Amino acid sequence: MKRIVILGAGTAGTMMANKLRNSLDREEWDITIVDQFKTHYYQPGFLFIPFGIYNKQDVIKPKSDFIPAGVKMIYSKIDKIEAEANKVVLDGGQVLNYDFLIVATGTKTVPSETPGLQDKLWYKEIFDFYTVEGAMALQNFFKGWEGGKLVMAITELPYKCPVAPLEFVFLADAYFTEKGIRDRVDITYVTPMPGAFTKPIATKMLSELLAEKNIKVVPDFYIERVDNDNKKLISYDENEIDFDVLTVVPVNMGDEMIERSGLGDDMNFVPTNKHTLQSVAHENIFVLGDAANIPTSKAGSVAHFAAEILFENLMSAIEGRPLQAMFDGHANCYIETGHGKGALIDFNYDTEPLPGTFPLPGIGPFGLLKNTKINHYGKVMFRWIYWHILLKGKEMPIEPHMTMAGKKKVN
Amino acid sequence: MAEKNLAGKTVEVTEEGYLVNTGDWSKEIAAEMAKEDGIELTDKHYEVLDYLRKEQAAGATLTIRKVGKSGITDIKGLYQLFPGGPLKLSSKYAGIPKPASCV
Repeated sequence: MKRIVILGAGTAGTMMANKLRNSLDREEWDITIVDQFKTHYYQPGFLFIPFGIYNKQDVIKPKSDFIPAGVKMIYSKIDKIEAEANKVVLDGGQVLNYDFLIVATGTKTVPSETPGLQDKLWYKEIFDFYTVEGAMALQNFFKGWEGGKLVMAITELPYKCPVAPLEFVFLADAYFTEKGIRDRVDITYVTPMPGAFTKPIATKMLSELLAEKNIKVVPDFYIERVDNDNKKLISYDENEIDFDVLTVVPVNMGDEMIERSGLGDDMNFVPTNKHTLQSVAHENIFVLGDAANIPTSKAGSVAHFAAEILFENLMSAIEGRPLQAMFDGHANCYIETGHGKGALIDFNYDTEPLPGTFPLPGIGPFGLLKNTKINHYGKVMFRWIYWHILLKGKEMPIEPHMTMAGKKKVN
Repeated sequence: MAEKNLAGKTVEVTEEGYLVNTGDWSKEIAAEMAKEDGIELTDKHYEVLDYLRKEQAAGATLTIRKVGKSGITDIKGLYQLFPGGPLKLSSKYAGIPKPASCV
């Protein structure tokens, strides 16, 4: 019996478990998936919690609902990977030997990396919305808040779902407008990047939208620490920003187990071939989703597209053929912009987000880099698609590689 | 793309002044670029530039945090060496492409 071990039963690991079990002979291949937590979170839904659009029960289901029969699920922390010996050691000492390993342990927020973040104002006037606890605490805070300076700040790149903090300020604008106190809420978006987004055409579209909604942008602000007493953000070059309530994207890092295993870079992400998704150091280790150091968005859509490529390459590796499927860094992100509208971007390693229609050229129904109602419905419908189609590894009517069909070139 | 005369050599640069060909780089070119921004390069600056060139050649994604952990200087020190935009300026003087933040 040959063995595949998958570490992490989040979006990426769960998709892979389903795809592999559907294709590999049960008499020949044993598949095991390991995760310390029993709850699967629909992470795109966290964004809606602070504004009372979703609650906790809207974003959680048991992980076991999505692991197919014939895959062994182990709930345990992972001590380390011993790559040279082709084995994984779990907490408590259980050993899992493998022929192939898929690392899908994701990324997590590490607020302790920023001095003053997890201090006396944490979850009182300083929040994150990348955890269900942070998002719920913020929902409670906003219910009673009467206005002041709301600052949305990004501490470090890369971080999970690069458009989420933008969506957060758009939704905050809509939420406080509907509450009738928008004139008393000052919204500022603070980023270490030179603009609202990294790519020029999307930055232009998003900057115009931010200006239209009276949201200030402070670019090139790299946070050193948070001053709790004076409620200020302080940058490395000693600039300051005042806040009454701070929502923050903490530093993102890969799992500590990766560090213990000696397999990570300085942020605990695994050096990975950005085209084949094979680990740089070991031929029988593949990396899927946020755990990899590949230069694309850390997002479920990327993991989904990459899963198809990884699957093909793993099949080749099993049969001793060269790896021929090449990932292009394809990402596809809905951007909620508030008041029942949304925008959509579709891009890869080489092509920045462009205007156009998606997925059908000239027809849509979704508009790329356009702010429309139908894009918002796309995001709303996506939760159903996520639970029922995507996690189960079923076919979606979208190719893994980005296509230029339907996109307009912009000079 | 444009051509520019730096330290007695004509080199290709991007609109933002980054070298198009990393191979064109020399210590003198770095010094002249920095001088245009009002920065006098010291040994410490060159240590950072060497580190960046080495890491970039190895295919690493460069971040301020990474340079801050390099042992050459910390993040605060990096801001003092390259005021305003530590990674953008140091990459320019190191003759490597403008750092592309991940999206």
